Amino acid sequence: MSVLVYAESIDGTFHKPAFEALTYGFDLAKKLGLPLHVVSISNVAISNIDELGKYGATHFITIVEPKLLNFYSGSFATALSAAVNQVNATIVILSASFAGKSIAPRLAARWGASVVNNVSGLPNTEDGFVVKKSIYSGKGFGYFNILAPNKVISIGINSYHVTERQANLTTDVLNVEFSAQDFPLTVTETERQKGKINLTEAERVVSAGRGMKGAENWGMVEELADLLNAATACSKPVSDVGWRPHSEHVGQTGITIAPNLYIAIGISGAIQHLAGVSNSKVIVVINKDKDAPFFKAADYGIVGDAFDVLPKLIEAAKKVKANS
Amino acid sequence: MKILLCASVTPDTTAKINFTADKKSLEQANVTFILNPYDDHALASAMNIKEANNAYLTVVHVGDKSAEPILRKVLAVGADEAILINATPYNAQYVAQLIAEIVKQNQYDLIITGRESIDFNGAELCDLLAEYVGIPSIAYVSHIDITPDTIKLKRFIDGGEQNLELANTPIVISATKELAEPKIPNMRGIMSAKSKPLTVLEPTNLINMVELVEFEAPIAKSGVKLIEAENAGQLIDILHNDIKII
Repeated sequence: MSVLVYAESIDGTFHKPAFEALTYGFDLAKKLGLPLHVVSISNVAISNIDELGKYGATHFITIVEPKLLNFYSGSFATALSAAVNQVNATIVILSASFAGKSIAPRLAARWGASVVNNVSGLPNTEDGFVVKKSIYSGKGFGYFNILAPNKVISIGINSYHVTERQANLTTDVLNVEFSAQDFPLTVTETERQKGKINLTEAERVVSAGRGMKGAENWGMVEELADLLNAATACSKPVSDVGWRPHSEHVGQTGITIAPNLYIAIGISGAIQHLAGVSNSKVIVVINKDKDAPFFKAADYGIVGDAFDVLPKLIEAAKKVKANS
Repeated sequence: MKILLCASVTPDTTAKINFTADKKSLEQANVTFILNPYDDHALASAMNIKEANNAYLTVVHVGDKSAEPILRKVLAVGADEAILINATPYNAQYVAQLIAEIVKQNQYDLIITGRESIDFNGAELCDLLAEYVGIPSIAYVSHIDITPDTIKLKRFIDGGEQNLELANTPIVISATKELAEPKIPNMRGIMSAKSKPLTVLEPTNLINMVELVEFEAPIAKSGVKLIEAENAGQLIDILHNDIKII
């Protein structure tokens, strides 16, 4: 029996979700008194393997296959199954990214395990294996007891605090036998947002709504976001009218986020919007309507016009940045 | 060509979520149930494909008979038949195994569902079902183009989007809201839906392996600390010096 963490990588590099899953796996393995293993599955060699040691990993398995460039949940499940067999894993931990949330169920169905995506916090293992997950798009939580002996869980992005703990890392290469079935698709084009902070992973998010009055006024929002090293987001009405791309829409039918800081400018706080952001640790609301429902869900609030308030925030943020 | 839409029923997006005193179920008073919004986008895409290919569209739902009005609405939009598997949809794995049995008996060319349900947000059904049936799956699809030989798709990946191509063989996909705009049934559709077949099947024996222990409401914020608009810059000081998150 062991805990296996799938450390996700993009173009051969581990990012924060990998270290978050690793920290979770480390704490879970310690709690259960089980050995911990980490595996990566990629089309090119990983450039920052050493970083795993910083987060407590001692045993790392690398699976490299050029054909994995064409991401497919089935081939990643094949590779992950091979690693499961290699280390006799009983619990597999992934990140609840787009990729992780589709590999996890594939693996579970193949392995005869149970799967729960989007878990937050360590399980309660006093009476079974009870995991907590956000449900109703952030409007509630559910506790679920995973009865199956083999378990696959994915950890909500930004839901588990990353901890550094230096360890000596050993690396094994695992050669996996893939079949033609593992490669049913060909990727013809990939567009990644370059030079922008990924909204799902962002620790700080500056978001704006209809109160900004038009796409042409987003310069201030972007400037504040840049100064705070934050991603930009928007409300549904804003992406619906095309002021901002759909990829920035946070809310019940958009992206669900859990940053440390969420600043909402000119967003009234409809229940569908709150659903997508309610797991943010600190919420700041700026709205000229003092009765905007969002103030009830906020930690800090400014009642005022975005066009008066934003320049003041930008000026203050510039001073902080200049002094740091 | 045969298409299967896997549909779930969820509270309306504006619903306030409260749990019963024993924390075991959703308080259903004052909650309106709807077709899961992402499944509505999946339905619209299925209709576009049905119309272009003269396909036969079946909708399947796992749940109790209270879903019938919602399934009738799916038929009114244009699905040809509905199958209701009369079982509690405990979780995606339980549901996927029940639907897999239907798929194995019927050989669908395209199986489509929403990227996730807005109640449990699992995003698990697409890949579970594909694996149980033994066919490819593509999750988070934003565009689909089917030709006699190939299926061309666009999907969301972490931090971007990707175009890809597969051979035209049976596949499961999950729909994002970009895939197609939901369709509203017309009067003719509503009338004809009444006479379309809606078959109720009893589930085979399956053991649920992920048991609900209890629900919990989020902790309400303790109250907002207001900062004067004149001194808005103070906010930055608080975030930087007091709570140290910037």
